[in-house]
Amino acid sequence: MSLPRFTLHRLWAIVLKEFIQMKRDRVTFVMMVGIPLMQLMMFGFAINSDPRHLPTALRLGDQGPFARTLVQALRTSDYFSIVHETSSESEVQLLLQIGDAQFVINIPEDFSRKLLRGERPTVLIEADASDPAATGPALASVNALANTIFNRDLPGPLARLRAKNGPVDFRIHAHYNPENITQYNVVPGLMGVVLTMTMVIITALAITRERERGTMENLLATPVRPFEVMVGKILPYIAVGYIQVTLILIAARFIFHVPMVGSLPLLYAVAFLFIAANLAVGITFSTLAKNQLQAVQMAFFFFLPSILLSGFMFPFRGMPPWAQNVGSCLPNTHFLRIVRGILLKGNGLAEIAPELWPLLAFLVVAMAVGVKRYRQTLD
Amino acid sequence: MAALEKDLAIDVTGVTKRFGDKTVVDAIDLSVRRGEIYGFLGPNGSGKTTFIRMLCGLLTPDAGTGTCLGFDVRTQQAEIKRHVGYMTQKFSYYEDLSIRENLDFVARIYAVPDRATAVQRSLERLGLTHRSHQLAGQLSGGWKQRLALAACLIHEPKLLLLDEPTAGVDPKARREFWDEIHQLAAGGLTVLITTHYMDEAERCHRLAYLAYGHLLTRGTLADVLAAAKLTTWRVTGPDLLNLATTLRRQAGVEQVVAFGNTLHVSSRDPAHLSAAIATVRDPRHDWQPIASGLEDVFISLMDEAKDNFS
Repeated sequence: MSLPRFTLHRLWAIVLKEFIQMKRDRVTFVMMVGIPLMQLMMFGFAINSDPRHLPTALRLGDQGPFARTLVQALRTSDYFSIVHETSSESEVQLLLQIGDAQFVINIPEDFSRKLLRGERPTVLIEADASDPAATGPALASVNALANTIFNRDLPGPLARLRAKNGPVDFRIHAHYNPENITQYNVVPGLMGVVLTMTMVIITALAITRERERGTMENLLATPVRPFEVMVGKILPYIAVGYIQVTLILIAARFIFHVPMVGSLPLLYAVAFLFIAANLAVGITFSTLAKNQLQAVQMAFFFFLPSILLSGFMFPFRGMPPWAQNVGSCLPNTHFLRIVRGILLKGNGLAEIAPELWPLLAFLVVAMAVGVKRYRQTLD
Repeated sequence: MAALEKDLAIDVTGVTKRFGDKTVVDAIDLSVRRGEIYGFLGPNGSGKTTFIRMLCGLLTPDAGTGTCLGFDVRTQQAEIKRHVGYMTQKFSYYEDLSIRENLDFVARIYAVPDRATAVQRSLERLGLTHRSHQLAGQLSGGWKQRLALAACLIHEPKLLLLDEPTAGVDPKARREFWDEIHQLAAGGLTVLITTHYMDEAERCHRLAYLAYGHLLTRGTLADVLAAAKLTTWRVTGPDLLNLATTLRRQAGVEQVVAFGNTLHVSSRDPAHLSAAIATVRDPRHDWQPIASGLEDVFISLMDEAKDNFS
């Protein structure tokens, strides 16, 4: 009786074979090199949990030197980047609602007077707190600032105004998510992430499976048109997508108690665009992939930035410009803003319009590439 | 002339297909009459499948012109697809759909009028009614082949292109399949069929032999055999293995093939062959001249083609 003996040459034979197969399977090879690089880029450079240079609207009621010192101090703190200066209350509210400004800083008319009288003037900072991670560090910096900014402006006898708890009273008003509940931000965002993952993978598999099983050749030999196949493959999954949307909304409402301020029919209508866009991506992948495994790998390639660069996991504004640009090309980025806007801010069609057309553009491009790639003939 | 063209289901000249710098199908001319069963033979990789794909509109020829059912093979592929039934080499219906669901799907794609009846009729004709709810993936090879044939026929095509339909099917099922094909042809359907089986080739009205993308011979069985001008001797006796080895080394002997307890020795040059045989002749062996078989002819054509094209 001889035990099967472990031999190095057999082991080596297997190792060599695996390397050859790995080399042949280009997609897997690219994934193995690409995923770590992508993750490095995203985690190492793009993701920043201490976002700075957040767009801020300034309502400056007082033009005096103290007010200017305050504004200057906020600027040099790096957290605030003043992109709008206005005196209109309704205008700043709109900026906050459509997301063009993360903060609105209101400096009242009697700021300098009250400061000199030692009455601790109130500076109201309104924040779009739907993503608490984006606003938290900036707001924390404000209070630290308050104690020190006027030290130079209030010398000698005025030093008494450097009150113990600061000469200025910063009032922070967190809009949309006043309690900074992370779920309010994450749960609506999850809708985009779940749809991206399932829709892209499912459709990427759908056509690849036809090719792998040989049924594609048969389908191509029939009078069926490429567009018919594509739309025919997409439609059933749109229904699946809507079931997912509904499940997430039910969970958001009854498990996480996420406020739903806006119009649900509007959300459902916009979801159609988003679902269709992801399905078109899936179809495009399926025309590129040689087998089902490759299709899943490609879907992951798309899925990673959709999670990490879309503003789902980390504040979008914390990312450097190149990462924001990449993020802006992804449908999930825009869909997240729309969902959060509708649910948390009660945005209507007018407010979500700036996010709607990139979604539409993405859908059209993905669809066009998919149809073009899906060859009607084998050559 | 116009009337003659009308009788041709397939009429192509100079059809060529290249993949990269490899010419897979090289300037093939072919005409197939309506209602004819045309056998397409040739070794693996000879370009049979590629040629069929060009006929049914799946591939566009790089060169050559012609018609399939009167439609241009280059520009009217959509019309061709509507009237052709194509059965792929590999089973290519949905294994996760039942027999009935598969037929129903195909009938919908072709917009077959009165679909339910058409599906039912197709199930009955192929004797699949009692298993119509079985998943296609659970069927044996023979049944899968019957299903595929039923699916190709559901839209009542005028031309049937069958790519090795009987590979891996048992002899009885093969015979039934061929009986069905002959019935269909009698009803006016044109059939182009590829096969590796010689007995099947002999059941075709006409044949063509393809190798390295070239059409080497064509015509009826008798035409093909006559055109080959091959002389064959049959040897019986002891120690045939050594005899075969010796014969293969002889100039003038082109083919030595063992058939059970006999050897077939062939050449296109009868005088040279007789001379070669004379040198190895031995009273223990019995030598008889016989008519060359189709297989002998094809192997001879193959060897010749190898010298000319590869």
